[in-house]
Amino acid sequence: MDQLSGGEALLRALHDEGVEVIFGYPGGAVLHIYDAIFNQDKVEHILVRHEQAATHAADGYARGTGKPGVVLVTSGPGATNAITGIATAYMDSIPMVVISGQVESRMIGTDGFQETDMVGVSRPIVKHSFMVQNPADIPLIVKKAFHIATTGRPGPVVIDIPKDVTDPKTKFDYEYPADVKMRSYTVPAKGHSGQIKKAVDVLMSAKRPMIYAGGGVIQGEGSALLTELARKLGFPVTNTLMGLGAYPASDKQFLGMLGMHGTYEANMSMHYSDVLLAIGVRFDDRVTNSDVSKFCPDATILHVDIDPASISKTVVADVPIVGAVTSVLEEMLSQIAASKQTVDEKSLKVWWDQIEQWREKDSLAIIPSADGKTIKPQEVIQAVHKITKGDAYVSSDVGQHQMFAAQYYGFDKPRRWINSGGLGTMGFGFPAAMGIQLAFPDAVSVCITGEGSFQMNLQELATCMQYKLPVKIICLNNRALGMVKQWQDMQYGGRYSHSTYEESLPDFIKLAEAYGHVGIRIEDKSELDEKLREAFSLTDKLVFVDVMVDPEEHVYPMAIKGGAMKDMILSKSERT
Amino acid sequence: MRHIISVLMENEPGALSRVVGLFSQRNYNIDSLTVAPTEDRSLSRLTLTTTGDERRIEQITKHLNKLVDVVKLVDLTEGAHIERELMLIKVKATGAQRAEVTRTTEIFRGQVVDLTNSVFSIQLTGTSDKLDAFIAALGESIVLEVARTGVSGISRGEKILSL
Repeated sequence: MDQLSGGEALLRALHDEGVEVIFGYPGGAVLHIYDAIFNQDKVEHILVRHEQAATHAADGYARGTGKPGVVLVTSGPGATNAITGIATAYMDSIPMVVISGQVESRMIGTDGFQETDMVGVSRPIVKHSFMVQNPADIPLIVKKAFHIATTGRPGPVVIDIPKDVTDPKTKFDYEYPADVKMRSYTVPAKGHSGQIKKAVDVLMSAKRPMIYAGGGVIQGEGSALLTELARKLGFPVTNTLMGLGAYPASDKQFLGMLGMHGTYEANMSMHYSDVLLAIGVRFDDRVTNSDVSKFCPDATILHVDIDPASISKTVVADVPIVGAVTSVLEEMLSQIAASKQTVDEKSLKVWWDQIEQWREKDSLAIIPSADGKTIKPQEVIQAVHKITKGDAYVSSDVGQHQMFAAQYYGFDKPRRWINSGGLGTMGFGFPAAMGIQLAFPDAVSVCITGEGSFQMNLQELATCMQYKLPVKIICLNNRALGMVKQWQDMQYGGRYSHSTYEESLPDFIKLAEAYGHVGIRIEDKSELDEKLREAFSLTDKLVFVDVMVDPEEHVYPMAIKGGAMKDMILSKSERT
Repeated sequence: MRHIISVLMENEPGALSRVVGLFSQRNYNIDSLTVAPTEDRSLSRLTLTTTGDERRIEQITKHLNKLVDVVKLVDLTEGAHIERELMLIKVKATGAQRAEVTRTTEIFRGQVVDLTNSVFSIQLTGTSDKLDAFIAALGESIVLEVARTGVSGISRGEKILSL
């Protein structure tokens, strides 16, 4: 048994837990830990330029790999800077462990230098948190933290460590626990067979079925089983913003994303469905619209989720099934295989005929600019999709560009679409793409962003230089906060209150170059394809592509506030 | 409707703040709250009263159960149960009022636990309604101070809340 200090034990425990990389930023309260980092070579530390970026990078790493992201920050401002990233991970149920330094135990509560009650400040946005009181507690607390962060409905866990706990002078016998049992924390087991049977009966008699799958399917590694089930049943499938890639976008049964900026056919099919199989979703208000009483009025709702608190939270489930998506889908498939019942083919044919009619509306058709030169933002996403063969890891920030990326990239695989769906955090995309690139050094990691969002974490250009991370940043530059402006166009008489700043925008090409990267500007549609190809051909370089897009473009379709899912604005002149 | 929820939770720092925080975070209300360690020192029992329709109470119990510190809980109002609250109340009483206060205390089976020439301190145990009724019977004008513990409760019969 080795005699280790708290700092050394922390690093050893991370290694024993299988952690390969942590994202962090040093400071007074974590200096013992940083010294322990210096003295080992098992866990790689990535020095970011802002703690918020550390959390987003770890988050991107987690979303891409399925492994927990790990963050190390100092006390006080280091800890509070991490808060936005923790909240982002919490809202999207991303496994993350955040280790924050704390002032010495004897100083806690005295308003010491760089003191913040991190456990208190982070409480509403963590799955759980720990304050370490003795160095010898570190192994078990680390074990528990990873266990809690990665099992059940995943989420961020904070470990707050006072400086004296990591003091190199205090050593103890280190032993990492092989497993952990907590009487107060149990993970939901398999779904209830009787409930699954009920659900299967409802599915078999459905006339207008719809499968509505979300981020839980991706988090729970259920994409392959979902695809198998959907194909076996022949039912239409829609994915939420968080669920894109859970079902292949290029498949005929896929109707596109649903919700506020969902396709016409997805939203219409939701509204008129008689059976809704909801898997790994939480009936978010961006899906249901604000008035849930109008949501899918004729549907019998089957809701599968690992979190019992998600079920019947906003929309009441007729058949609730609590369990891991994989176990529930497996049992559904085996019950269907064993059942004598078959789906109602005749009704299904009529339903698909109706859906095809809706599909013909082609709600995502792009109307090219009249001058032939102005680039439409949607065209950029399509071009990126073509050049990357639809196989890139695509992160995004928040706003119009995010919706365009979600609508037009067409994700065929899970864990390829990395975005802040729940919290809607501007500044998320670039550090997340950085985390992805670290996890997959040979993959194409693209960040679709806007000139607004990018400026919220652009300091990470330095981190990408230090670690040679060849992220491709595609900036849909419309010289304004596009989504804010769109709402101001639609609801505030075009009064652009603080949503424009054209005169003060930096020269992004020079900015990229100042950090040692490559910048490419695209202004004319005729050069879009060629210049994007050039950017992606520079495989060992970070390239910032500044694409001047039509500032007047709106994201459509768009749900009509207070309406049902069938109520949409389809263009500047057309509504349902 | 009013519900009494009893929670067994880890007797650890921060556990109480997580429960209380959950209520403010999710816009649930707490009408009363009482907490103390149990016969097993590693566990605390917390009892709270809250109001809401069935769906709201279901959400409250689900979210409480999700808290990592919460081991087990029961909504006592779902079945037959005993509920008690303890009140210490200080009233001003002189002259003829003193006999009146003593008599009222006897009727409510309270006990005078301290007194001076002009002030009575009375202890009373019972349901929240009984405590309210006692205050009303004394007359609010003579009440100087009230300290109530909040509701504690236990199921009737064989049913127990334990690990």
